[in-house]
Amino acid sequence: MFKGSSITVHDVNPEAQVANHGLLKYPHRLNFYDIPPTFDVTIEEFETCGLDRLRILAEIESSAARNRTAEELKDVTLKQNNKYLPLNMSKGSNGETDGERRRDHLSHFVLRLAFCRSEDLRRRFVKAETTLFKVRYDTDLGPERASFLSSRNFNWIPVESEEQKRFSQELAAAYQGNRTETGRPEKEKYYKVKWTRVPDLVERRKVFLKGGWAYVPSRELSSIIFQEFEDHLQKALEMTARLLPRLDEDTRLVPILDNLSQGFLAGISAEWTSAADAGNAENIKAEQIDGIAKKHFPLCMRTLHENLLRDHHLKHFGRLQYGLFLKVLGVSIEEAIVFWRKSFSLMTDDKFNKEYKYNIRHSYGLEGKRANYAAKSCMQILTPGPSDHGCPYRNYSPENLQTALLSTYSQQGLRAADLPEIMASVKTQHYHVACTRVFELTHSSFGVGRGEGISGENVTHPNEYAARSMELARPKDEEMVTE
Amino acid sequence: MDIDESSQPASPEVMLVFYRRLYPFKSIYNWLNHEHAPTQLFTHREFAFTLPGDVYLRYNSFGSADELKKQVCQLNPSRFEIGPIYSARPRDRKTVRAGAFTPLLRELVFDIDMTDYDPVRTCCAGTDICRKCWQFIAAAVRVLDSALREQFGYEKLLWVYSGRRGIHLWISDREAMELTDAQRKALVGWLTVVQGGKEGSRKLGLHGAKGQLSPALQAALDYLRTIFGALVLSNQDCFRSVEGYEELLKAIPDSRVVDTMRTKWTASPSRSSEDKWNDLLKQTQTKTQSNLMAALEDVILQYTYPRLDAEVSKHRNHLLKAPFCVHPKTGRVCVPLDLATIENFEPESVPTVSQLLRELDGIVRDDEDSKEFHSDWEKTSLKPYIELLDRHALSLMEATRNEKRKTDMSW
Ligand SMILES: [Zn+2]
Repeated sequence: MFKGSSITVHDVNPEAQVANHGLLKYPHRLNFYDIPPTFDVTIEEFETCGLDRLRILAEIESSAARNRTAEELKDVTLKQNNKYLPLNMSKGSNGETDGERRRDHLSHFVLRLAFCRSEDLRRRFVKAETTLFKVRYDTDLGPERASFLSSRNFNWIPVESEEQKRFSQELAAAYQGNRTETGRPEKEKYYKVKWTRVPDLVERRKVFLKGGWAYVPSRELSSIIFQEFEDHLQKALEMTARLLPRLDEDTRLVPILDNLSQGFLAGISAEWTSAADAGNAENIKAEQIDGIAKKHFPLCMRTLHENLLRDHHLKHFGRLQYGLFLKVLGVSIEEAIVFWRKSFSLMTDDKFNKEYKYNIRHSYGLEGKRANYAAKSCMQILTPGPSDHGCPYRNYSPENLQTALLSTYSQQGLRAADLPEIMASVKTQHYHVACTRVFELTHSSFGVGRGEGISGENVTHPNEYAARSMELARPKDEEMVTE
Repeated sequence: MDIDESSQPASPEVMLVFYRRLYPFKSIYNWLNHEHAPTQLFTHREFAFTLPGDVYLRYNSFGSADELKKQVCQLNPSRFEIGPIYSARPRDRKTVRAGAFTPLLRELVFDIDMTDYDPVRTCCAGTDICRKCWQFIAAAVRVLDSALREQFGYEKLLWVYSGRRGIHLWISDREAMELTDAQRKALVGWLTVVQGGKEGSRKLGLHGAKGQLSPALQAALDYLRTIFGALVLSNQDCFRSVEGYEELLKAIPDSRVVDTMRTKWTASPSRSSEDKWNDLLKQTQTKTQSNLMAALEDVILQYTYPRLDAEVSKHRNHLLKAPFCVHPKTGRVCVPLDLATIENFEPESVPTVSQLLRELDGIVRDDEDSKEFHSDWEKTSLKPYIELLDRHALSLMEATRNEKRKTDMSW
């Protein structure tokens, strides 16, 4: 598995037969992924490729939830495809096609590893991959598609003309009203396959069946191909799942694969795409973070921020919690690295790059805009865990909490007279009520009244708190700019 | 033996004797196993037992017919069901790795129940069944049997009376056993034309762009046309009542025809279903309306095409009551049925468990429970039914032998 800083993917796939190191040649744009990649890749390439493909599959998955039409699904899939894993025709090739196809090939197998591990993941992966294959197939140029199809044996039997004549009535009735490739039904070519290979045609009664054979007109052959792709992938995934335990040897891959599959499980669909759609509109710069923290952060995040400034360091869980919070707040990966580099001012560049940069990049799913690690909610922060960075309303002694509240929020209008009410909520363990009341008190100048909370709700997530606070402040900030 | 049949047609005492002396465990074993020596088709097969008091024991499995018999006699279930062949012995499922216990093979099964025909039968309702309404089941059997043979190429079909008011079908061809859930779903989709239950009268619209039925439906119609008159028009007289003929008129696309017919039929309420059907047929002649003809063809299918319980067929891990179990309410044995005489089948002629025990009493008087009674059934009216299963099992075993020989040759 190990090869210096690179890994070889084929070790975990039983179908590896071709010991072909170096670049594979890819004569076709479409790929049935029969043969796993056998070239060496860096960890970074492994992960970025996987993420890029995941972006496409995520969009496909979310299409069902968004009730997109087939046409919309095709458009959006192509758009994502061209953005993250472009695949050009061989014709008029710009010399990039082999590299593109190599990335396509690699990324498919990376995600196989990530998604083979439960039946649910396998099912969803197969579905999304089959859709991607269909969309690409439909956009393939005729001659290139034909050449791809002839590169593989699909085991369909051409129906002899005599047999076709014998069933001419049935065939005409079965496919009445179908457009044919020649425009003349009697000239249509038919192919025989076992009916189990075209279950979709059978289910819709769109095929002629005789003795277990389906007589498929040539224009419906894609149905066989898609089914073949699906079945083939399903089997391959099950095989990989059985062999996956061996992969655990490479500890560097496990978190990456976990990360990829968890992103899928958490419903990348909604979460990831909405983040991508929003395009990180905030686009917060590293040097702005301190100012925003003082104005808009809830006490938990404010505390982490102050600790970081004071100690020039944060322990692992604090770093993770604060890092994810900043990510969701709208700090890009580049800005986050700048911010953490500056904050860890006592550390050498070398140590930072080696030990911390990777983790930061990782919490971003390598790059910005992706919440494949979601920021922790109040519920999670309140749950006792290995972290000493929980909810201050819960963890602090009453005296310390009161001191902290006054020193943190007096500039925003919190007065000592407000404390008894807040402390009463804390005493009855209604920490979110206390936090919400602090929000109301510190945002009264924006017209937030008692009981209004975060748009009518109690605080349930630190990002919600900060986002609403920033939203309330926005018109004022803009006015100041125009002045 | 004194038995109060009316109150409890299948008491635990009666059932125990039935299992010990009559139930054809060996035949069932041969039918499930396809060979003499135990294979995974039997050893990895799930059996589920229903005990009195609604206790349900799943994931039992057995190494042989004798083991099965022993357990059945010990538990004395009110009935038992047969499930799929799993990747491991069901009784060992807790010791295998999670995810490694999955259903692999299973007969393709169907369930047709009279209740799905309640909207179109007039002779009985609910759990009742008679010779007249059995004809709906018989028609469904004919259509399904020929579709599965002609279109799907299956040969090893076993039809089994469900003990009360329906019928089960078990298909044991290797290719059928291997179907995935997705393929089973597709096949059910192919065979599902009429939805059972209340929403009966929605327009089917089965004819294609050129007004033709697909070859499969045409074949079904060609047969159903021949029994429609006797079954729906005379036997059931479905269109005699106002509700009945209004249901029929809902299927007619031409509103002028509908008005004409309604006026005529309201004026002479004594017109039989046959008269009314002929009235409509006359309309197709005078008006040369192909869509009226198509609508009438839809009506024939609507009233007589098989109504399937789709869920039973779609999943490999669906359990289905074993043949020769006893229906607890009727006491009747779930016997296999011969396709050739399916129309003549009379549910009330099926032996009940207490009747069988009386037959036994007349011949053998032996109170030694431990004694083996292997061929006792030969002396009862269960005999022809068990022989039917044996013949079927034999053809399966022969197919397996032939298959093996072919594989040997190819090596
Ligand atoms: Zn009846």
